[in-house]
Amino acid sequence: MQVSIQVNGTDQSHDVEDRTLLVHFLREACGLTGTNIGCDSSSCGACTVHVNGEAVKSCTLLAAQIAGDDVTTIEGLADQARAAGTSTGDADWHPMQESFHQCHALQCGYCTPGMVMAAVSLLDEVPTPTEAEVREGLEGNLCRCTGYHNIVKAVLEASGGAQ
Amino acid sequence: MIPAAFEYKRAASAEEALALLAEHGDEAKLLAGGHSLIPLMKYRLAAPSVLIDIGRLTDLSYVNDGGDHLAVGALTRHRDVEINDLVGAQAPLLAAATRHVGDPQVRHRGTLGGSLVHGDPASDLPSVMLAMGATMVVTGPNGPREIGADDFFTGFLETAVNEDELLTEIRVPKMPDAGYSFQKFNRRAQDWAIVGCAVVVNDGQAGVGLVNMDSRPVRAAAVEAAVASGASPSEAADAAAVDVDPPADLNATVEFRQHLARVLTRRGLEEATA
Repeated sequence: MQVSIQVNGTDQSHDVEDRTLLVHFLREACGLTGTNIGCDSSSCGACTVHVNGEAVKSCTLLAAQIAGDDVTTIEGLADQARAAGTSTGDADWHPMQESFHQCHALQCGYCTPGMVMAAVSLLDEVPTPTEAEVREGLEGNLCRCTGYHNIVKAVLEASGGAQ
Repeated sequence: MIPAAFEYKRAASAEEALALLAEHGDEAKLLAGGHSLIPLMKYRLAAPSVLIDIGRLTDLSYVNDGGDHLAVGALTRHRDVEINDLVGAQAPLLAAATRHVGDPQVRHRGTLGGSLVHGDPASDLPSVMLAMGATMVVTGPNGPREIGADDFFTGFLETAVNEDELLTEIRVPKMPDAGYSFQKFNRRAQDWAIVGCAVVVNDGQAGVGLVNMDSRPVRAAAVEAAVASGASPSEAADAAAVDVDPPADLNATVEFRQHLARVLTRRGLEEATA
């Protein structure tokens, strides 16, 4: 079937099987491999992207389900911030990306795209969270290096509520 | 993991969904948020040949004041239940339990109705329906009918909704002044409950629903009877594992689940009556 999705502001229309998952649509049909597949069973959050601005797990959605919707992946996040005039730092990134960079909020980096996307969605819903709210808000994302402390710090920094 | 091949159809209305169900019979499954069904399909525990996507039926996403109850559209997403002011004021147990469902990403897509028709004894929300005495409205070829929570969950992943029917609305009795508590014991924040319980206490009458204590979502009737006869929370909670048949698995033995049910029910009753 033909599935059309706005991905990072670009119309992506591809002929895919009905059973194609969004994460495969993004990685294989669109060639956007920044979205990772970790557990592939909606536990780890490595595949987190935004659909209409909200964090979702792209391994547990069919591409067909969100045909016509707007998707943002990690590749599109900085451009989104630039368009909104909120990008920051030497690399002109999204503030959450810059904060992860400044706080060294990663070790192996595999969970990072999903963590960043989940964190942006969290601050959209809870702009100035407490540390406990950040930890709860990221419950859907696992870091197997267990590097959570700097991740939580980065999200708090990005929220302006640095501890 | 990729599901077995199927044909995807998007229904534009509840009527169209019912017509597609009638056309494809037991080969078809309805797809709401997909956060119960798609994982099952990826594990090949379900392999429908037709998926009827009802996720766009926005007219089934609402929370309305129905007088003595809240009328919640079956396709209302968990996130929308969680932050809804009416739910917070009139059915705070439902709001509290919904915050325990999965994780934020899951709650952005999963729906209340989808979770209930999945009929999983380990999921959180059926216990709330049992505790609060909710009523489910389903519609089919012969029009709508109402099913009480006690008659709704009929077996493991089975409900009283027939193959040609669609759950459209959940009616949750208003209980603005009731004491309530949702207790969930699990290993990681996002996990299913190893055991859980939903408790509501209104005018000395308790409603207690148990999570993962039988092959289907069940009510702790013996606890409710004990509360009604004046037992203290700890006395009443002793009956939490009476007449239920909990599973044993990698997470817990039968005995451990019985122990958890008693402890969580006591904590729930204490919190609800504090």
